Amino acid sequence: MAKQMEEYAWEDLTVGCVIIEPGNAREYKTGDWRSQRPVVDKDQCIKCGVCWVFCPDAAIQKAADGYYVANLEYCKGCGICARECLTGCITMVEEEK
Amino acid sequence: MGKRVGIEVSLAVAEAVKMANVDCIAAYPITPQTHIVEHLSELVADGHLDAEFIPVESEHSAMSVCIGTQAVGARTFTSTSAQGLALMHELLFIASSMRFPIVMAVVNRALSAPLNIWNDHSDIMASRDCGWIQIFVDNGQQAYDQTICAFRIGEDRRVLLPVAINIDGFSLSHVVEAVEFLSQEEVNRFLPPYQPLYRMHPDQPVTMGAFAMPELYMETKKAHNVALCNSLPIIKEVWAEWQELTGRAYAPLEEYCLADAEIGILAAGSICEVVMEAVDRLRSQGKKVGLLKLRLWRPFPFPELRQMTLGLKKLVVIDRALSTGGPGGPVFSEIRSALYDQEKHPQVFGFIAGLGGRDVPPEQIMAAVDSVMHGVERKEEYYLLGVRERG
Amino acid sequence: MVDEKKEKKSAPKIKPTDTVRDLKYIKAKSWPEEEYFVSGHRACQGCAEALAVRFVLKALGPDIVIANATGCMEIVSSPLPTTSWAVPWIHVAFENAAAVASGLEAGLKALMRKGRLPQKEIKAIAMAGDGGTADIGIQALSGALERGHNMIYFCFDNEAYMNTGIQRSSSTPFGAMTTTSPPGKMSPGQMTWKKNMPEIAAAHGIPYVATACSSYPYDLYEKVKKAQAIKGPSYIHILSVCPTGWRIPSDQAIRYGRLAVETGFFPLYEVDRGKYRITIEFPKVRPIKDYLEGQGRFRHLTPELIAKIQERVEAEYAALKAKAGR
Repeated sequence: MAKQMEEYAWEDLTVGCVIIEPGNAREYKTGDWRSQRPVVDKDQCIKCGVCWVFCPDAAIQKAADGYYVANLEYCKGCGICARECLTGCITMVEEEK
Repeated sequence: MGKRVGIEVSLAVAEAVKMANVDCIAAYPITPQTHIVEHLSELVADGHLDAEFIPVESEHSAMSVCIGTQAVGARTFTSTSAQGLALMHELLFIASSMRFPIVMAVVNRALSAPLNIWNDHSDIMASRDCGWIQIFVDNGQQAYDQTICAFRIGEDRRVLLPVAINIDGFSLSHVVEAVEFLSQEEVNRFLPPYQPLYRMHPDQPVTMGAFAMPELYMETKKAHNVALCNSLPIIKEVWAEWQELTGRAYAPLEEYCLADAEIGILAAGSICEVVMEAVDRLRSQGKKVGLLKLRLWRPFPFPELRQMTLGLKKLVVIDRALSTGGPGGPVFSEIRSALYDQEKHPQVFGFIAGLGGRDVPPEQIMAAVDSVMHGVERKEEYYLLGVRERG
Repeated sequence: MVDEKKEKKSAPKIKPTDTVRDLKYIKAKSWPEEEYFVSGHRACQGCAEALAVRFVLKALGPDIVIANATGCMEIVSSPLPTTSWAVPWIHVAFENAAAVASGLEAGLKALMRKGRLPQKEIKAIAMAGDGGTADIGIQALSGALERGHNMIYFCFDNEAYMNTGIQRSSSTPFGAMTTTSPPGKMSPGQMTWKKNMPEIAAAHGIPYVATACSSYPYDLYEKVKKAQAIKGPSYIHILSVCPTGWRIPSDQAIRYGRLAVETGFFPLYEVDRGKYRITIEFPKVRPIKDYLEGQGRFRHLTPELIAKIQERVEAEYAALKAKAGR
């Protein structure tokens, strides 16, 4: 677990500031950035996986039932999935304030 | 004990690197460093040294490749001078902050302009703040010894810092001297294989060189500074072990005829041999003069300097570089600053000698000392010795 | 993402789009699932460069070591104390990705030969932007290619110094607006043509050179796999659409990548041991205005300038086709 920057004393740093936990950026939730979120019409979804392929943030995950689910902790609301969806079954919906 | 040979100092350094069994050498040619890397290429080509010799396309790439090889855990050596050192400048700071124990022989040469291939210390002095351990040698034996010690010092887990060995270009690098070589077994015992603390490898993926926001950067600099300052006792430890092995003693500051001296002369590098001659002649005139040889430049040897200058009335510092428009030569400025708060310290005087390979005869040193002895009024903050002026 | 509709809808239909979209360019089912460039990176919304990195790493797998130049991908992925990289990664400086990667390669080679590391296929990778490749990084790249290191060099080309605020690079296309090539009374924006880095790489005689784009994931995947199998240097130039810098909506990066290819502006080809092959071709090449339209950075272009661009793109595409024996 990475601490907040301000919590580090100089003695806490690794030698050469090497980060030894691969991929610990997962702790930073970029979901706060978005102003709209993808909403899927499952009836129109053909489970092609195109949305999963094209998400720059790897914020779409395959669920057990084969449908694809947006991970709202990271989804930045860019809308690529909605635009690229083959059947157009994804709609970008404004986040409530 | 190994054999004692007459050998050009550059080649002795290359042989030391070979005996240290480096894994990688990345270097770009520049006079007067060339003999070191040429000899290393031959050693690799003939199979005497099993290493990757990477003939890079610039010094900037030389240091970049060294950082790359170190990142995967390879023992690495490079060498350069003057413009080459200046070209790799940004990477010097990076290599040390990222704690890669690269060993580099800096074959000291004047910085342009005008272009000048001969010896002075302007190249290393312009890089003093880069965070490397910095050592000066004054003869061939020391060049050989310190090259091997450098790997041992830098790779120590308590240190993990790159080391620059300063060897005066031409006046030291190109002279033939008697050097006693250790046996390979002795070197192997003294210098175990490099065990990096972190290395890049898929088995344990690490991220190196992340960026730091203002909230964190100062802490990273503190950590680096502490590491460099704390390397001083470990350097002395390694030198003590070397002394046991070879009988040759090294210290951050070494002395010659200092015991009852009233006037000290402080210098670094091969000019110390000229200063020793000057000291002998001044002593024969009944003047109580002694030499302080600066061996360790970074980390700065505060305790040794303060202790060894206690008995002196005056201290003459001979710089081999100019801090243009500054308060004096770099060594002079730092020595004076380090002594300023001491209750008892000598009066410190600055002279700059031998820029761009200008010959420094003992008479020049003696004249500088005499001017200080006789309290000649100083019209300038520091003097460039031997500069021709009108009138 | 689950929002059940109450009424029974008609069967799903493929929605029409204004670019050629084909599942064969994507092959979603054949992509490895493991993520090596993880969520939590700070790339802009809709960044096709981050997407390209994600694709490249999925194609390469974990047995790599990466040297990354300063730039967008380096900054968004590595703010201390966090990292988005689940593979070994190092950032050193701006102009030396190729040199650091050369060192990674040489170091591993020496250590394995000397028995200090077990033998293992670990590929050295260099990653840099267009600035870090075509401008400040070109010397280190040329040196690395000439020395023949076993490595893959990836240029992620978003056509400007995006990380520092959209300044022009030698990879910025003719006519594009950037903050250092702004259109004004005296100038119509970037007035020189995009430096042809793939050709420069090919001129070094290396075994493999390719262009790719994150809009054609499977084409990119195949090229990366080819490069990975080469024993020697490869160079892959990836057009990385940047919504922020190109002034396009955040959901259109993939669309514009397709338009770049369909208009012949950025042909997808490879030079495999000297043999040219265009890997994705269309029977009819669209007019360049289809690509330029809608990009804020080209908004100021006059019909004359667009015609000039059209002429040049056609000439370069014809020359490429000739090299590919077409």
